[in-house]
Amino acid sequence: MISPPETIPPIDIGGLHRDLLLEMYYRMLLAREFEEKLYYLFLTRPMPGTMHQATGQEAVAVGVVSALQPGDYITSTHRGHAHCIAKGVPVNEMMAEMFAKRTGSCHGMGGSMHLCDFSRGMLGAFAIVGAGIPIAVGAALSAYVQRSGKVAVAFFGDGAINKGAFHEAANMATLWKLPVIFVCENNQYALSMTVERSSAVTNLASRAVAYGMPGIQVDGNDVTAVYRSALNAVERARSGQGPTLLECITYRIRGHARFESSHYRPAEEVETWKKTDPIQRLRQALIENQLTSEAELASIEDRVEEEMEQAVAFAEQSEDVQPDDYLPYITMEINHATT
Amino acid sequence: MREISYSEAIREAMCEEMRRDPTVFLMGEDVGVFGGVWGVSHDMLAEFGEERVRDTPISEIAIIGAGLGAAMMGMRPIAEIMFGDFLMCAGDQIVNQVAKARFMSGGKAQVPLTIRVTTGAPGSAAAQHSQSPESWFMNIPGLKIVVPATPADAKGLLKTAIRGEDPVIFLEHKMLYGEVGPVPEDENFVVPFGQANIIREGKDVTIVGVSIMVKKALQAADVLAKEGIEAEVIDVRTLVPLDRETLIRSVAKTNHVIIAHEAHKRAGPGAEIAAMLAEDAVEYLDGPIVRVAAKNVPLPYSPVLENYVLPNVNDIVEAAKSFWPGKA
Repeated sequence: MISPPETIPPIDIGGLHRDLLLEMYYRMLLAREFEEKLYYLFLTRPMPGTMHQATGQEAVAVGVVSALQPGDYITSTHRGHAHCIAKGVPVNEMMAEMFAKRTGSCHGMGGSMHLCDFSRGMLGAFAIVGAGIPIAVGAALSAYVQRSGKVAVAFFGDGAINKGAFHEAANMATLWKLPVIFVCENNQYALSMTVERSSAVTNLASRAVAYGMPGIQVDGNDVTAVYRSALNAVERARSGQGPTLLECITYRIRGHARFESSHYRPAEEVETWKKTDPIQRLRQALIENQLTSEAELASIEDRVEEEMEQAVAFAEQSEDVQPDDYLPYITMEINHATT
Repeated sequence: MREISYSEAIREAMCEEMRRDPTVFLMGEDVGVFGGVWGVSHDMLAEFGEERVRDTPISEIAIIGAGLGAAMMGMRPIAEIMFGDFLMCAGDQIVNQVAKARFMSGGKAQVPLTIRVTTGAPGSAAAQHSQSPESWFMNIPGLKIVVPATPADAKGLLKTAIRGEDPVIFLEHKMLYGEVGPVPEDENFVVPFGQANIIREGKDVTIVGVSIMVKKALQAADVLAKEGIEAEVIDVRTLVPLDRETLIRSVAKTNHVIIAHEAHKRAGPGAEIAAMLAEDAVEYLDGPIVRVAAKNVPLPYSPVLENYVLPNVNDIVEAAKSFWPGKA
């Protein structure tokens, strides 16, 4: 059984602005409820495809993205809804994409595993494990060459760190001192495989040593800790000192994908980790530090619920993708023979 | 017109585009200090500096992945992969990421990425440095596949690739680098994709050549002319997009067709061209569609065996003569 730390340290909100903390709370809740709504939709009506939930991992996405500027870049994975929501991708468009509607983030062409929003620096969810890592390095290369001051974040999991793509990208980025942050979202499982069963060295942050970059391990269920670590890494990247590997220790509460029974792990393991829920921990800290009231938090929760209702209504009312829609999307310069 | 080599023509295309557009840059293994293992990018480092002529580690995944990321963010990378065989090291990036980024994003991602790569057998380079990978990627929608056969086309097609908005796999045949021919100096000289080139006109048989086999097809046409067979030689120039009209029009005239390429025969580019002609031009054909291609074995080291496996001029001649068994 994989256990969380025996004593869960309280969230340290010292020095962080109330507005920032409330925004983080809102974003994490929005990500959670987006997936909960989808989970319900999949149970109650025909929905295309499948989805991979990041329940319990929201603090990684929100903590890291809160340390970025709006123009900065991220690449995401098959488990990418929370990254998108953290980066400000409108939930209406995300929901419409799930429904394969023309109004979706990708005009219904990508679905859950390929969400993107270039206007918000969300360069795509790349659903081949590890594939987004070198792509983030390329975005960082463009930022470096263009002297734009932007940084790029590659989100990936504990499974992806065993891919060659990670090794090549980490070496190249460090060699060239590119403004990129490698965020390893260690949710303990690559489908059924625990880190212990798939990585020869289980301290994943320690791999940074091989590339000559800092490797930082952080409680990935503490959004403020993730945020502070990410701020340092972003500062380092932006000031030309190169990449950081940030390992955020978290836990995948749901199965790998929808309707996956998680028979490979004891139920009590999941229950234990639920006590470290990042949203509840932040909520508790906000109340205990008297930064907000139950009434204010309830109004945020109502707002999230309302946004979800609107997103579903928007998706339902949008037009389905039609057969000819794909024509402009294969290549930019259309040629009879390319179709 | 002044004459330069295929290799110099490629270099000239890159240099001209890098001078006119600051977003164009070259990256790959040994492209800078060494000047490219085939010498194509010699002295480019001196003119453009390390930032725009980037020597990379031996990391094909990162070269293509970073090329994709940079391309989506407003750059026009030229990513060089030293040998076509090594494209497979970056297979996921090319097939699943580069080719599909635009599609999956509903047209939001633009990928002006040119992947320059060498193709073909340079002589006893054996099974991992001699392959012709064009058809591996013809089956992947979203990629354009360019196979220049002459110095002028090498320059004009590469400029179209760099200026275009889509990912291109640009295959440079190693045994053509030394070929010399007329190349326009006009820096706005470009050769559009999807326009095959009728290099030699003839009425009896169409020979569709891919890359170096265009040269061999021309040599075969000389031989055939002496035997009273007038061959029309067409350089496809680009396999994706494919100029179907020019091929069909030629076949309608000659009623016989041979497709010649150095890739393996099975599921090689000729298979697609043959299928297209069988679907759309069968009524014009007075004989079978014949493919002249490498045998379906890995490219061998032994010169004797390599010679046996690769298609040659005589194979084309014999294929053409087979249409008229009565003729001497």
